[in-house]
Amino acid sequence: MSKQRVVVVGNGMVGHKYIETLLESDLRDQFEITTFSEEPRVAYDRVHLSSYFENGDADSLALTTLAFYQDNGVKVHLGDKVVGIDLEAKQLTSEKGETIGYDKLVLATGSYPFVPPIEGNDRDNCFVYRTIEDLEAMTAAAKDAKVGVVVGGGLLGLEAAKAVKDMGLQAHVVEFAPRLMAVQVDEGGGALLQSKIEELGVGVHTSKATSKIVAGEDCLHRMEFADGEHLETDMILFSAGIRPQDELARSSGLTVGPRGGIEINNQCLTSDPDVYAIGECALWNNRIFGLVAPGYQMAKIAAGHLVEEIAQSGELHSFTGADMSTKLKLMGVDVASIGDAHGTTPGANVYTYFDQPSQVYKKIVVDDKNEKLLGAVLIGDAEDYGTLLQYMLNGIHLPEFPDTLILPQRGDDTQTGLGVAALPETAQICSCHDVSKGDIRAAMDAGCCSVGDVKTETKAATGCGGCAALLTNLVNHELEERGVEVNHDLCEHFPYTRQEIYHLVRVGNIKSFAELLEKHGTGHGCEICKPAVGSIMASCWNEYVLKDEHIGLQDTNDIYLGNMQKDGTYSIVPRVAGGEITADKLIVLGEVAKEYGLYTKITGGQRIDLFGAQLHELPLIWKQLVDAGFETGHAYGKSLRTVKSCVGSTWCRYGVDDSVGLAIEVEDRYKGLRSPHKIKFAVSGCTRECAEAQCKDVGIIATENGWNMYVCGNGGMKPRHADLFATDLDKATLIKYIDRFLMFYIRTADRLQRTSVWFDNLEGGMDYLKDVIINDSLGLGEELEAEMASNIDTYQCEWATTLEDPEKLKRFSHFINSDATDSEVVFVEERGQIRPANETEKSELIAKAS
Amino acid sequence: MTQATNWTPVCALTDIAPNTGVCALVNGQQVALFRLADSEAVYAIGNYDPAGKANVLSRGLIADLDGVLSVASPLYKQHYCLKSGNCQEDETLSVPTYEVRLNEGQIEVAA
Ligand code: SRM
Ligand SMILES: Cc1cc2nc3c(=O)[nH]c(=O)nc-3n(C[C@H](O)[C@H](O)[C@H](O)COP(=O)(O)OP(=O)(O)OC[C@H]3O[C@@H](n4cnc5c(N)ncnc54)[C@H](O)[C@@H]3O)c2cc1C
Ligand code: SF4
Ligand code: FES
Repeated sequence: MSKQRVVVVGNGMVGHKYIETLLESDLRDQFEITTFSEEPRVAYDRVHLSSYFENGDADSLALTTLAFYQDNGVKVHLGDKVVGIDLEAKQLTSEKGETIGYDKLVLATGSYPFVPPIEGNDRDNCFVYRTIEDLEAMTAAAKDAKVGVVVGGGLLGLEAAKAVKDMGLQAHVVEFAPRLMAVQVDEGGGALLQSKIEELGVGVHTSKATSKIVAGEDCLHRMEFADGEHLETDMILFSAGIRPQDELARSSGLTVGPRGGIEINNQCLTSDPDVYAIGECALWNNRIFGLVAPGYQMAKIAAGHLVEEIAQSGELHSFTGADMSTKLKLMGVDVASIGDAHGTTPGANVYTYFDQPSQVYKKIVVDDKNEKLLGAVLIGDAEDYGTLLQYMLNGIHLPEFPDTLILPQRGDDTQTGLGVAALPETAQICSCHDVSKGDIRAAMDAGCCSVGDVKTETKAATGCGGCAALLTNLVNHELEERGVEVNHDLCEHFPYTRQEIYHLVRVGNIKSFAELLEKHGTGHGCEICKPAVGSIMASCWNEYVLKDEHIGLQDTNDIYLGNMQKDGTYSIVPRVAGGEITADKLIVLGEVAKEYGLYTKITGGQRIDLFGAQLHELPLIWKQLVDAGFETGHAYGKSLRTVKSCVGSTWCRYGVDDSVGLAIEVEDRYKGLRSPHKIKFAVSGCTRECAEAQCKDVGIIATENGWNMYVCGNGGMKPRHADLFATDLDKATLIKYIDRFLMFYIRTADRLQRTSVWFDNLEGGMDYLKDVIINDSLGLGEELEAEMASNIDTYQCEWATTLEDPEKLKRFSHFINSDATDSEVVFVEERGQIRPANETEKSELIAKAS
Repeated sequence: MTQATNWTPVCALTDIAPNTGVCALVNGQQVALFRLADSEAVYAIGNYDPAGKANVLSRGLIADLDGVLSVASPLYKQHYCLKSGNCQEDETLSVPTYEVRLNEGQIEVAA
């Protein structure tokens, strides 16, 4: 049989999923796949389009690459729109003049943004929000704009408003209906949402019909409303809904619905038996599905249908509709809507819970017998989403008093949340990738034994992420069920986790590794447990790390108080708190570097690193530095590294507070603090964030009313944006929270776990962390502060201490029995400084010398 | 063994902090010496790390893996057995080992 020519029109999210599914099938060699895309690039993640504003990086949105397609024999026509289909001849033509034939045609043309027919809607700087090119155009226009208006207060409109605000514009939302997100939420929820969004500084104008857009006086445009009012703006973004892109289907004679959409049956076939339609352009049962998950389902069903037809397996999968429940974070506000959110089912009963002080609104809709959940709305706190969704989707019998599902759980209330055990095998856990509880159990039967494994294997929780919490619960539950005891032991010498060892040390007042080993361990220890215990002891008792009983625990860098380089030499990093340094100190660094011929470099941590010092030179160099007023920078320790700062209000015309002053103060406060991994801070003087505080373990940003505190950010291998922890704090409260936060991290983290990873594994997430730190829910606050105070009181510069101890200094020579130096350390010159010689250079130099 | 071993005194046992190593220059060779905690056991192996390609082994952590004592290289953490000199991670690598003894509190190495 010759190959089936499959042509996919539209390389959006769903078109790509279809191709991917065909390529995964056993019969992939039977297909010759071609795809056309009107857009200039291959499929990307439209769902996370807004993140383009955060990183300006279109590539990070890519779902695939041209190379992937090429490697798999898929022909791709980019930037070429299909303009006609001849259903009789089974061939199509494109704008660029291609004519190609097909055996099977798949329409995945998506939808286009609806622009209301308002006079003036075609003026300059009027945009829609659908493609990367739209966002690029918006970004360019925003440069000269002050005000931006979004027309439409639905899901997408609010997302767009956030983008407008993040671009530094004054943002407004104009909505025709009397409330925001009219489709998903009810009146009560809409009102709360509106007040929350206004609090964030976005103007909300509901019940407003725009009659025309004309030239403005202060801004580029003036929007005139039917009620006689007006609003001036430099930029307008239409987000008033989407319409299925069915023009091509319509013109070729395929059946389309009265209000648009290409009609399909349960196998996603259109009125022509060789043409499928999938995704947002398809109309099933008179419904359009404007979400990606149903589109993915259609892609799988359509691909499956074709494979079945060829394999003649007789199996027939059907599309049976999709749930349109959604959960998302809009401008930092949790919003979720499930099923019949408006309670329109006859006989439905409604329970609402409204906590005005905390700005939380929850509503459930139940059937007339109080037995089944029909729908729900959650605003401000959507943690119950997963549970409620499962109640609805699986028709699980409600508890006797259904309102307990949304009432806050306090103190000794019995747990009413739905245990994952209650879910049937068919329960869909991840709707984006259609993964059921059964699929997850099967993956675990086949050997997956962590959330990470299951994610990789099933793709669950890798789409919108809304199901992550539920997935984690399920995986943990299943692990327990299987009696899998996940081994968290530190190493073969200690049958305890790091957290347990921390407790043993603190509670047992244990002061040395030998004592700990004798009481709780076996053997002699290794390079895992020794540094971990060394770090714990230092966090608890803060003794000199080179004390006899601790010295053998220190890893590569700590044991010589310097960072070992590839050739066995060391680097020297004095502390430059906040990055502020006097001219005199700069000169000292220069002089020392010159005297010892060291390589100098400005680090990414706003200080100066001197490289190429040999062991015996370390004390000599440090002596000069300490005499000049420098201290160790702990660049070698799992401890506080740097507190970066921006110049702040002292000099900068935008600064609202003294970021340098605060950076120096916190760096001095926490310097020397040993922790499970390194800790980095930054302090910015205003929201422009020149110190990049939002990628630090602790980030601090000045506001008009105090300081905003961010936590658990990370640069490095796996960057993580920090989360906003508390806002507008006075300095005393800020310091108190940081004290508690750091000590809580030190107590509970795993070894070598940065705050970011620790947080991602912290059960209860941000709410829990805030509860512990701000509300002191564990009653630990004072204890944590006292532990921090003791650390601060016992601070010492390890280099100053070492320089005073002749016994310790003995260790700083390459040979214990000779003053000779290491002949293998050879430098060559590059750009006016030294660098380690490479192997060839070394052998040449050594040959020359001998 | 008929040949007399050539012992070179290098330092006092107490010159090595318990559970750490030092490097000695013995007949032009770099020898890494390790002392276990509170015992008189001393081990001697070559100081050159063939994986990291630098003279650094004396500065590594002593590790007990399933009862086998080794040093974890400070550069990339390969383990070299203190008795055999074999590299645990890469059987093609090994370091020389040397005989070592205590003589009235002084460490002597045969190299
Ligand atoms: C010197 C410096 C690079 C430079 O020339 O700018 C540097 C050098 C090293 N970094 Fe770094 N990092 C330096 C800033 C950074 C930054 C930027 C920053 O702090 O703003 C980052 C990303 C931010 C972050 O940590 O979140 C960074 C992320 C890392 C990581 C990845 C950490 C992670 O969580 O993924 C490692 C590896 C590790 O720690 O496990 C690392 C490890 C290292 C080590 C220790 C590698 C090693 O084991 O030898 C390097 C030590 C060199 C030395 O001898 O001093 N370095 N490193 C910077 C010293 C800053 C300072 O003044 O102390
Ligand atoms: C900002 C934003 C946020 C969103 N957030 C979410 C969310 O949180 N959750 C969710 O489920 N959904 C979300 N969506 C919706 C989601 O992106 C869509 O459901 C999904 O992209 C639909 O996929 P599709 O392949 O059907 O259409 P598209 O992704 O639009 O792909 C269609 C492609 O076909 C091309 N095309 C059209 N006609 C032709 C032609 N004649 N010839 C060649 N190419 C053609 C188009 O240019 C386009 O590239 C969001 C959408 C946007 C814009
Ligand atoms: S990025 Fe890598 S190579 Fe560069 S300094 Fe950091 S650790 Fe070293
Ligand atoms: S539901 Fe979206 S990732 Fe699972």
